Amino acid sequence: MYLVCPAGSPPALVAAIDHGADAVYVGFRDQTNARAFPGLNFTEADLRAGIAYAHARRRLVYVALNTYPGPARFGDWQAAVDRAAALGVDAIICADMGVLDYAARHHPDLPRHLSVQGSATTHAALRYYRDRFGIARAVLPRVLSIQQVERLCEQEIVPIEVFAFGSLCIMVEGRCQLSSYVTGASPNRHGVCSPAKFVRWEEGPGGQRSVRLNDRLIDRFEPDEPAGYPTVCKGRYDVGGEVFHALEEPTSLNTLELLPRLKGAGVIALKIEGRQRGQAYVTSVTRTWRAAIDRLEAHPDGWQPDPQWLRELSRHAEGHQTTLGPYHRSWH
Amino acid sequence: MRLTLGPLQYFWPRERVLAFYREVAGWPLDVIYLGENVCSKRRELATRDWIALAHELADGGREVVLSSLALLEAESELASLRRLVENGRCRVEANDMAAVQLLRERGLRFVGGPSLNVYNHEALRLLMEDGLERLVLGVEHGRDVVVEFRASGLALPELEAAVWGRLPLSHSARCFTARALDLAKDDCGFRCIDYPDGLPLASRDGQPFLTINGISVQTVGRCDLGPELQDLEATGISLARIYPQAEGTAEVVARFHDAIRTGVAPPRLGEENGYWYGEAGMARVDRDQASVPR
Repeated sequence: MYLVCPAGSPPALVAAIDHGADAVYVGFRDQTNARAFPGLNFTEADLRAGIAYAHARRRLVYVALNTYPGPARFGDWQAAVDRAAALGVDAIICADMGVLDYAARHHPDLPRHLSVQGSATTHAALRYYRDRFGIARAVLPRVLSIQQVERLCEQEIVPIEVFAFGSLCIMVEGRCQLSSYVTGASPNRHGVCSPAKFVRWEEGPGGQRSVRLNDRLIDRFEPDEPAGYPTVCKGRYDVGGEVFHALEEPTSLNTLELLPRLKGAGVIALKIEGRQRGQAYVTSVTRTWRAAIDRLEAHPDGWQPDPQWLRELSRHAEGHQTTLGPYHRSWH
Repeated sequence: MRLTLGPLQYFWPRERVLAFYREVAGWPLDVIYLGENVCSKRRELATRDWIALAHELADGGREVVLSSLALLEAESELASLRRLVENGRCRVEANDMAAVQLLRERGLRFVGGPSLNVYNHEALRLLMEDGLERLVLGVEHGRDVVVEFRASGLALPELEAAVWGRLPLSHSARCFTARALDLAKDDCGFRCIDYPDGLPLASRDGQPFLTINGISVQTVGRCDLGPELQDLEATGISLARIYPQAEGTAEVVARFHDAIRTGVAPPRLGEENGYWYGEAGMARVDRDQASVPR
């Protein structure tokens, strides 16, 4: 089982490799990937050095090219595929059919992974991407229960990668327009969700803080309340006279306790979310998952998550809370 | 410009659905899309009932398209999809790549629904190879993507855009209606049947913001591209879609039908049109029609 860790910068890449990632995933410094944040991602020179560092230690580098180009910008994504291939990356992670088709025709030997943004949730959808573009792996959206993941793996259409830890998108990925509805900027087209330039914090007389996204009030916080980043899906709203997290609380996905089942199902890779997070996050989360996977492989019977691992992961979770999310039916 | 009725997005009692479509049969529509495309637990009409209703409406000489589910998770949902695809008569609106796969495996022509991700001419070309004959623009798509599709030189399929209604913004494994009522999804009691127009959600300062509709979240305002109809047509859209609401859909259809017949743009009644102009979907852009380049 591969541990696939995020790297939003060269130091994060080194941290991931040094602390036990089997593969890191990165993006170019433009809108071709779904974490197109200012100051994040890799120049060509950065990536060349990163690949050398990883390959010298027999680890892998994947490049996410997982946004959807409009017709006029399609050439930029083709160029990004060519660049990734020329740099010698180990796989590209794509969502758009046009990009996958281009890569399959021009770089048939470069493995193609279907991004979570490709939104494939069934064996029929996976067959489409396999038959049409020869994908070598698919990353599943965070909408399936553990039983559904197990059944999908049994079909053996393509090797399956799942999200193991990190911020939780609660809508099926690749088809969520909440950010674009409020700001006009979307994960699919612009590689960003709820971009910072639309965020405005206001402080009231009693120290109460309000946060708005393009003028829409997403939440209000008492002085002693922790305040998270205002994505639309994690705000507090009024439904039927009651104010609550109507869509989801600020919380992170943590599947650590499911690790033996994921391995038993034949999941080929576990993905850690968080290219926007710093080196400390990458170090700690990678180290923890490495220890968990290694212990499972050494002692498959009676594996239990170490309380220390859970504490460590909670420290890095949104709102210091974690959930099994859609893997567990009660979340639904 | 032809007028279409999009699939019902809400959960209504069986008798209400049947009565609604009896009425619809008499409306001046060119195409009727129907079927459950939000939640497979909504079974006031089973898949076979939707197919029977579609065939009955098609007997009246109307083009009828069966819309598939936007988000599939369970094997039982794929089985329903298979029945839809093999209905033997009506085309299917594919709202997920699973539907595209089942249709192409059988060599069937289809309509690409708004929840397929078709962002460029290459994706469109591939889907046309698969059998796509008509594309309903994705929710966040507007004028620019159509202009760019045309500039690409691809021989385009028929293009359809939503001109009226609350647009679906996202789908989840979680049911937000059940969550709002403090119920588990597996034991939801099908309570979304109590909200024939969805459940309104407001920000904490009392501003209407979104609409909860089971596992889906919709816009709060109604998209209205009535004043933009001529621009749509000039851009290359040949079908205008109206989404049903609990009340007043007949009047909306009549208003758009008159506008198309007379060539006179109707006054704006809906609150939102931002996506057509490449802006935030919730925005309302008031633009002088004469100034829109043709």
